[in-house]
Amino acid sequence: MMRLPSFRYRAPRTVREAAEMLADTSADTMLVAGGTDLLPNMKRRQQVPATLIGLRNVAELRGISNGEGLTVGAAVTLAALLRNTDVRAGYTALWQAAAQVATPPLRNMGTIGGNLCLDTRCNYYDQNYEWRKAIDFCMKKDGAICWVAPSSSRCLAVSSADTVPALLALGATITLTSADGIRQIPVASLYRNDGIDYLTRAPEEIVTAVHLPRLDGWRSAYWKLRRRGAFDFPVLGVAAAARLTADGLVESARIVLGAIASSPLDAQSAAGGLVGQRLTDDVIARAADDAAQPARPMDNTDFTLHWRKRVIRDFVNYALREIRGDDMRDVRRRVARQMLM
Amino acid sequence: MTPHVHIRLTVNDEAIDVAFAPYKTLLEVLREDLNLCGTKHGCELGECGACAVILDDQPVLSCLVLGVECSERRVTTVEGLATDGRLHPLQQTFADLGAAQCGYCTPGFLVMAKALLDEHPHPTRDQIREALSGNLCRCTGYQQIFEAVEAAIVQPVTRPARATASTASARPVKARS
Amino acid sequence: MNIIGKPRRRVDARAKVTGQTKFADDIMLPRMLHCKLLRSSVPHARVVRVDASRAVAHPGVHLVLTGRDFPIPYGILPVSQDEHALATDRVRFVGDPVAAVIARDELTAFEALDLIDVEYEPLRTFADPLESLAHDEPRVHEYGDAGNIHKIVSLAFGDVDAAFARADHVFEDTFFYQGNTHLPIEQHAAVAALDPDGKLVLWSSTQTPHYVHRALAKTLALPAAHIRVIATPNGGGFGGKSDPFHHEVVVCKAAVLLDRPVKICLNREEVFYCHRGRHPVLMHFKTGVRNDGSITGLQVRTLLDGGAYGSYGVASTFYTGALQTVTYQIPAYRFQGCRVFTNKPPCGPKRGHGTPQSRFGQEIQLDKIAERLAIDPADLRLRIVEQPDTLTANYLRIGTIGLAECIRRVTDAADWRARFRRLPMGQGVGLACSSYLSGAGLPIYWNDMPHSGVQLKLDRSGGVTAFCGATEIGQGSDDVLVGCVAEVLGIDPMDVRAVTGDTDLTPVDLGSYSSRVTLMMGNAAIQAAERARDRLAEAVSKKLGVPAERLVFAERRVFDAEHPDTGVAFSEAVCLAEAMFGTIGTTGSYTPPRSAARFKGGGVGPSPTYSYSAAIVEVHVDAQTGWIDVPRVWIAHDIGRALNPPLVRGQVEGSVYMALGEALMEEQTFRRLPPRLSNALVHKYPSMLEYKSPTSLDMPEVFTELVEHPDPRGPFGAKEVGQGPLLPVMPAVANAVYDAIGVRIDEVPITPDKILKALDAKAAGKPARFGPSGFPDIAWPETLQVPPPWEGGDGHAINERERKSAGRTPATKVVPS
Repeated sequence: MMRLPSFRYRAPRTVREAAEMLADTSADTMLVAGGTDLLPNMKRRQQVPATLIGLRNVAELRGISNGEGLTVGAAVTLAALLRNTDVRAGYTALWQAAAQVATPPLRNMGTIGGNLCLDTRCNYYDQNYEWRKAIDFCMKKDGAICWVAPSSSRCLAVSSADTVPALLALGATITLTSADGIRQIPVASLYRNDGIDYLTRAPEEIVTAVHLPRLDGWRSAYWKLRRRGAFDFPVLGVAAAARLTADGLVESARIVLGAIASSPLDAQSAAGGLVGQRLTDDVIARAADDAAQPARPMDNTDFTLHWRKRVIRDFVNYALREIRGDDMRDVRRRVARQMLM
Repeated sequence: MTPHVHIRLTVNDEAIDVAFAPYKTLLEVLREDLNLCGTKHGCELGECGACAVILDDQPVLSCLVLGVECSERRVTTVEGLATDGRLHPLQQTFADLGAAQCGYCTPGFLVMAKALLDEHPHPTRDQIREALSGNLCRCTGYQQIFEAVEAAIVQPVTRPARATASTASARPVKARS
Repeated sequence: MNIIGKPRRRVDARAKVTGQTKFADDIMLPRMLHCKLLRSSVPHARVVRVDASRAVAHPGVHLVLTGRDFPIPYGILPVSQDEHALATDRVRFVGDPVAAVIARDELTAFEALDLIDVEYEPLRTFADPLESLAHDEPRVHEYGDAGNIHKIVSLAFGDVDAAFARADHVFEDTFFYQGNTHLPIEQHAAVAALDPDGKLVLWSSTQTPHYVHRALAKTLALPAAHIRVIATPNGGGFGGKSDPFHHEVVVCKAAVLLDRPVKICLNREEVFYCHRGRHPVLMHFKTGVRNDGSITGLQVRTLLDGGAYGSYGVASTFYTGALQTVTYQIPAYRFQGCRVFTNKPPCGPKRGHGTPQSRFGQEIQLDKIAERLAIDPADLRLRIVEQPDTLTANYLRIGTIGLAECIRRVTDAADWRARFRRLPMGQGVGLACSSYLSGAGLPIYWNDMPHSGVQLKLDRSGGVTAFCGATEIGQGSDDVLVGCVAEVLGIDPMDVRAVTGDTDLTPVDLGSYSSRVTLMMGNAAIQAAERARDRLAEAVSKKLGVPAERLVFAERRVFDAEHPDTGVAFSEAVCLAEAMFGTIGTTGSYTPPRSAARFKGGGVGPSPTYSYSAAIVEVHVDAQTGWIDVPRVWIAHDIGRALNPPLVRGQVEGSVYMALGEALMEEQTFRRLPPRLSNALVHKYPSMLEYKSPTSLDMPEVFTELVEHPDPRGPFGAKEVGQGPLLPVMPAVANAVYDAIGVRIDEVPITPDKILKALDAKAAGKPARFGPSGFPDIAWPETLQVPPPWEGGDGHAINERERKSAGRTPATKVVPS
């Protein structure tokens, strides 16, 4: 059986207490909420924190509140998020993304904050200690080289969180709390295109909440590419959101791609091209081509990279057609193995 | 050796004190420190579902739950599904309809199916498929598992509101044993 | 019949649904220590030095073992004794065990592994069979047929070239079948301990306790009578727990040295390294046909990537060429097969052992032939279906054959004639057929003893204990044993206790492999039960004054068929018999009929009888993305008789499931890092997350039809079901993809990227296919010429040296499984 390494465990009851603990302790301290990302990494010795600060007793992180939009505590589980009727009704892309994360029991455990901070993934990195030793490790942990692209000076591990492209497309912001205070930033600002240093969060900061703006008149969708109907991380995620006028003109739009770089990729020019247009087949096809163009997937996930690159436009197409109002249930059933409606 | 931690929790409706090595997950505590070996493991990384248990009414993977986080919590394992000397209806239908072949993934499936029926007493085939999608089975091809869950839904007697209270109801499929 | 053929809760079901089944890792013993293996981090090297001194000194470590502790090699086949429990001087793949730490707990053992210093001297690595063929040096093993060729064979049954000359068309195709693995949910585990008498006991998740018993006695140099192997119920096997394994030998040695129980449970990565699963096979099929679809001759060439050790590989090699003749009439047949060593985990038997690969090629090629001849693929097969009670060109004796009915049943169920070539673009249906052994006709080591033995002990209570070495791996062998005994004795299955898979307590059954248990153990059980019934009948006959032949055993009674009220309870019958004869215990055994084959290699393929299957798969293929969806599968299986129908259906559906995994996503593949930077050659993703196996959401609806024509060779007419129904599914998927979008994917897994490549090729005016471009030139040995039965052959090769009759040495080299 795979065993966790030894660690010291601390269980604060409030955010303030957690922030103070974090400020106090050394660099090899990590926060743990659902544990579904960190604990496998610890068992594989990819992450070996000396101290864990467990957030499960921090009640204030588990609320969902209405206001100007929706505020979701970082320790709200994905399952709880899915049960929330406001999320389901008003933030379709987020709901569809959360519904496709991992598996039902893992969604009962994993939290929205954990998904936001999900470690970047790579087939050369997400392996047991023994396997990584056999390739002499990689620069993300214990080694010097990136085996995906040996000439690369940076790590190319992949941003693989389903909810992140959805939150970006929905214009969400997050709250970061430390012993020194709090700050609120757009979700996009949390990420950096670097497989190792993929979060801009300071070591003493805790992601404490996610805020979704009011989105009157917006429609959104999330399409995920993976081999199976469950378990698998995305090897491509497409989130799209658009506000349409009553007569079907696009007033505003966002298209965000996940799982093709170390950070989510905001396809601004593709989305910008939709503004002022109707979502005709041609307009959608052009936007899909534009969105796919800058993507440079690497050979470190499931499926061949050429094929992943090639189908980006199809998945953008699916998302935009769903926003247009097409009945995509059959395609959903074949691609996602679920209806997600 | 690091000193053991000591917690109190409720397992299958019994309050239990247990001491264990602090790095252990709930899976290890159940199997190695409480001798409840009905909960299985196939990967210990959240990739198979064999170790599912119900923790405070939610099915979770015990391989990814820290033992130290289980203080004062309620755990239901496969050993706790039968009540008053009677198998849970799901255990009856799984046994009768071929849903358990090698039986290794079975505890995890039973726990997930129980949680499903507790929340949705009359799930559709699609809901069953979805609810069990975090549990891998290499023997059955899943079909007889789906059928066993469906057979546990259709009760000949009027069921109480919660499936947990219905374990005394008649066996859904006539069995020889 | 009261029990056989009726749906019934399997005897071990209650234990399984209550979590009480004791799998190997569930065994917890007082004072038990824990073992971890240090595995090679390099793919091919000489082991220069192993220094374990730091690990030995680590707190909590009780013992460190290295290759020096295991000088005697072992292996499943007598001809491939090429494994050491821990590497002595060579490692051959990343994952090859090098040292073992036994410590107070698993975490301590794991941490101590990093304190063992191993110095390696790297050797050239072989990642692909073509590399192994190209370089004789360094040899991965110092034995084998040549260089890095482990086994190479060439057999001909009739004049195949003349058959091609007679044909109206000759088809040539190459196919590739990627390797894949069993992925049982239970990881291999074993516990060894000395019993209070000082004798060794091993509990292990093994499918073959008898072979493990023999291997332990050999490699540990202990008297076999002082070793007891108990096969715990396997949490899935599928062939992956059929070899004696390093970890079993290691914990036994450690338990003997420490006189404490020692446990090991492999982690998932290590299970991928144990492997012995599906060989990657490159194949070439050449078939001559007449315009009416009849086959004039067939030539099959296979190249198997064996991985780093022999395992069952010699048998696997022959199996890639063994069963082609069992489904269709093939008057002339040539088979050439070659297995090479590479620096990857060894390959061996996985469900279907060696036959799915060539079945894939054969059934796709038949689909191509049918199209060219403008014959419906179902009709083509019906025209050429093999006949019952015949001897094939390669001397396989066919019993009953329900293949034609399987084809009819499945085409009716799927509405084949209304749908084949008639569905809209992007949708398609495909058909394929297959056959499989109901048990290998020969044991793994040559002997004249039975393949399965059953002992019964009858208690005065009316309870019966049935002892048999068979191993419950989920397939329901305990239920078959109990069901057969209860049926014959007219008692309830709950009155029978099965004691199985224990080399001290149970008579030998060779193991749960080659779909042999139902037929062989079932026949042995019936014989033992009939012998017990005869004794009871004699005693009851005397008591009641009713002729023994008029007595009926049913409903826990023994009574007069003509006056059913005249009778005694079964328990009383036992008492009467015990008073008359003394303690009532009987035995039964089963030995398969002697094979008709007398040529070298003829030991692989013979079986008491064969099962047959036909499958139709429906697919949706998106021409834009290549995405494949399988909504429905129809399958018909010729089972002879279903002993317990829900279990039979479970085997069929489970086979379809595993087949779809192989067809669409599962692959055991490897990665070489850039050679200028690294010598690494590693399993691409030894995890359950990245080795893709279908989830409940990926599984289509399966419609199962059972064809039941009892075969007199099987117990109550039963044939196998555990493996055969897997075989037709992969080619049926490929044929359905062609029906849907008009491209041939001549390899598995069939993935969206390959479909797009084939569509691109088609658009560019190239052949509308994706698959291997050719088969390499291999220096085949002299072909053994075996005239088929209809040319006056007697099963011997005409150019084989005279075989020694007494020692039967050639047979030990044939080594079937």
